[in-house]
Amino acid sequence: MTTHDIYLLSPEISMAGLAILLILVDLVVSRKSILTIVAVLGLAVPLALSIVLWFDLTDQAATQMKADFGTEIVTFVVDKFSLFFKFLLVGATALVILASSEYVSKFKNFHGEFFALILFATSGMMLLASTVELITIYVSLELTALPIAALAAFMRDSRSSEAGLKFLILSAISSAVLLYGMVIIYGFTGTTVLADIATQLGGLLDGESAFGGNALLFGVILVIAGFGFKISSVPFQMWAPDVYEGSPTPVTAFLSVASKAAGFAVILRVFYIAFSAEILSVDWSAVFAVLAAVSMTFGNLVAIRQNNIKRMLGYSTIAHAGYLMVGLAAVASRTPDADAIIGPSGVLFYLSGYAITNLAAFSAVIAISNRINSDLIDSFAGMARRAPFLAGVLGFSMISLIGVPPTVGFMSKIYIFGAAVDTNLEWLAVTGMVNSVISAYYYLRVVKVMYLREPIDDAPVGSALPMKLAVMVTMAGTAFFGIYPTPLINLARSAVDVLVS
Amino acid sequence: MFSGWLTTIVFLPLAGAIIIALFVRGDKNVRWFAGIISLAELVLSIAVFAQYDLGAGADQFQLVDKIEDWIPVESFKVQYFLAIDGLSAPMVLLTGILGMVSVFASWSVKERLPEYFMWLLILQSAVMGVFTSMDFFLFFIFWELELIPMFFLISIWGSKPNREYSAMKFLIFTFLGSAFMLVGILVLFFSFDTFDMTLLPDAISRGGILLPASLVFTMIFIAFAVKLPIWPLHSWLPDAHTDAPTAASVMLAGVLLKMGAYGMLRISATMFPEVMAGIAWLLASVGVINILYGAAIVLRQTDLKRLIAFSSISHMGFVVLGLSAVVGVNGQVSTVGITGAALQMFTHGTITGLLFLLAGFIYERTHTRHIPHLGGLATRMPMLTGALVLAGLASLGLPSTSGFVSEIHVFLGVFPVWSWLTAVGAFGVVLTAGYILWMIQRAMFGPENQHLNNVSDATVMEMVPVAVMVAAIMVVGIYPAIIADVFTTGIQPIVDSLQIAVTASLQ
Repeated sequence: MTTHDIYLLSPEISMAGLAILLILVDLVVSRKSILTIVAVLGLAVPLALSIVLWFDLTDQAATQMKADFGTEIVTFVVDKFSLFFKFLLVGATALVILASSEYVSKFKNFHGEFFALILFATSGMMLLASTVELITIYVSLELTALPIAALAAFMRDSRSSEAGLKFLILSAISSAVLLYGMVIIYGFTGTTVLADIATQLGGLLDGESAFGGNALLFGVILVIAGFGFKISSVPFQMWAPDVYEGSPTPVTAFLSVASKAAGFAVILRVFYIAFSAEILSVDWSAVFAVLAAVSMTFGNLVAIRQNNIKRMLGYSTIAHAGYLMVGLAAVASRTPDADAIIGPSGVLFYLSGYAITNLAAFSAVIAISNRINSDLIDSFAGMARRAPFLAGVLGFSMISLIGVPPTVGFMSKIYIFGAAVDTNLEWLAVTGMVNSVISAYYYLRVVKVMYLREPIDDAPVGSALPMKLAVMVTMAGTAFFGIYPTPLINLARSAVDVLVS
Repeated sequence: MFSGWLTTIVFLPLAGAIIIALFVRGDKNVRWFAGIISLAELVLSIAVFAQYDLGAGADQFQLVDKIEDWIPVESFKVQYFLAIDGLSAPMVLLTGILGMVSVFASWSVKERLPEYFMWLLILQSAVMGVFTSMDFFLFFIFWELELIPMFFLISIWGSKPNREYSAMKFLIFTFLGSAFMLVGILVLFFSFDTFDMTLLPDAISRGGILLPASLVFTMIFIAFAVKLPIWPLHSWLPDAHTDAPTAASVMLAGVLLKMGAYGMLRISATMFPEVMAGIAWLLASVGVINILYGAAIVLRQTDLKRLIAFSSISHMGFVVLGLSAVVGVNGQVSTVGITGAALQMFTHGTITGLLFLLAGFIYERTHTRHIPHLGGLATRMPMLTGALVLAGLASLGLPSTSGFVSEIHVFLGVFPVWSWLTAVGAFGVVLTAGYILWMIQRAMFGPENQHLNNVSDATVMEMVPVAVMVAAIMVVGIYPAIIADVFTTGIQPIVDSLQIAVTASLQ
């Protein structure tokens, strides 16, 4: 392991270091609000290091910097794709920490550990965005999943414990499925490095192979199933609503945004690098197209009946996983003259738009439900009068989640459905748009309750400064990228170049 | 190219709404601020209309505001492109008039006033944007932007108990229609690599579209059909109208429905002339169904606003019937029928807008919309009665009012093409005369109702919007060329491309 390797790993290392630092600081300080400040300021380090890496890449005009760790195979790379996700993950984590500053006062102790676990999970996700080898992917996934299971159970009441246990067990099962899929693929190709799998597959699909390639496809489907759990796509979604409802709300926000982003990062990497063979990519594109349609329809239909806002957002995240998978299904090799990177760049753009919007929604929900001690949608009645600013932000983010202008949700939705149309999946775009209409019904219900119902209680609902900051940043982002998305789209497009070149 | 006129006219109300949200305090200040914005908007729209150059050799698209690199990403080339042509110039004027009218019609709103005027102004921005956008994506943004203000206007300030249901119904219907339109727009974009509405007609006529043109046409047409609304997609309209507050009804009937008709002309007929000519028989049939179905339902309405709402369905049928002239007769397409359809958009906007305005005023005074509970109001409110009679006569198409001008154009243009259907449709005029006169008689004349003894006539403030609308109706009725000539310059290019399509299909 050379210094260059450490340099390449520095964002992840500093992230884990910050986590340990927080545990130590927790031991010595008595005012717990200092922890929030340390965590948010500390996040500037991994962010700054990622920016340095980005400019280093640009200076070298290189697409990738590879770490070798003294072994023969490349397991870890730094490229614009992974850095895009590192920016996204660090930003989302900072916002989650800001939004949880008030929430953690509910816990009697372990404040430092709460933040530390979030940061550990984030470092796992950052690794996940950079890995190019199956075993490393598996290890990073576990590094992500274990802290989240602990976080989900952090409240230590029955619901939260249930959430933690459920996440742990189902996550273990999905990991097993994923491993089984990886084993099959290893058995056929004799390698775990994604790029080598691609070269081996080229030969396999042309010539004779055991079970005529069907066994290979079975392996691919098992991998999809394993990842499907991480991104909470139907039919691997059953954990999401319970875990979302039971977990502490900031953890729910973290799960719905960061965890999902990391899941899509690794899916894109695996499917575009390892399984990019033309025949195979049309096959998995079809699988993703069907999963996308089913996910969004199921998520939206079930969300209509929810009364708990966290559970509602849990089902809505299943639906959004469906919209995101439209970008996975939009593989350019389906049509001759399609834009080669429109699908993956659509996923990245949608993920960042969804992250901003959903964090705005969750920040507002955390701020409000923390003060009124209820997660029921009906208890948000008259919030427009009790907390005009928070209600406005929550309403605006609901509109963005539906996909109505002028919001980033609108822009990203159209971009990703554009990808579907460009790759001859018009039916999927139609399904997606009809689903947006269904979703309008339950998202607007929240708006209706806040603006149309009489308040249960006249006491104004305030919020602390870090909370206001989180809400304002996400709200501004939702509006800004809804009017001028160009920089974000360009960033996403430059990030995915490495996948198709 | 950036003349700035249209950008100002589109974003002035939006800016006003933001200023109200942030700075203006006190109901009285909010009211006057919104009033001033809407007056400025009216002046601007008159100025824009007056600047439109009718002369031969003038550019088809004028007052262009264009920023080409708004979102210059490959696969997403969206421009900021506003312009007017003969088709949109009168619509801008109409929106300016009705925007001002709806603000002044809201003078007596008391509940949550700043929010109310905010939504009303945002709505006006969105509609202005629809009529001036020449980039398909921008058009769609404005098209969607109008949903949320209208949803709030109906669900917060509408009449109980059904306002939330009606607002949601309106939103779901419209949103569902536009969902299909979006996919159509995307198919066009990925076929021709542009969202530019001035370039798309040519590109489409050269062929190379990814899906069958008729399928893309259908996807886009559904959105307009819901908005117009064409039978059987109309069921949101009576509910929305009945429960909407007065100003929202005025905007809904006056301009929002016209967005559907405008879209059919600007997009369906211009971009897909072959398909449009191919379904002309269908347009004629549903147009006649709209006219007769709407009128027949009106006859048994006892709710004043619901009555006007169904009469809107009937009158919008004339627009569809006028459009069915696209196929021409003996291979010759004339501008008359289509101009009639366009004129009907404008005249129905002013006439029905005025009817809803007066219905709102009457409701505020009597607290009932149930016609049998009214009666004998003429002596107590002579000015309102006079205005209602005039609006009613215009609505049934009395010569020298604008309603006559548009309907006669439609009949003259369509009769040579679909003689029998037109003859049947003309029966709608008889029904209209019946229900309008009957409504006026029952509501305003007849024996006086004792419990309505202390109702008063309109205030001066309320007569301002009434006077503006009456003026619009009479001016167009007496001198139709002021609007018709402008429309004709916008419709001529559409007819030219239709002519090519029809000629080609005959060979």
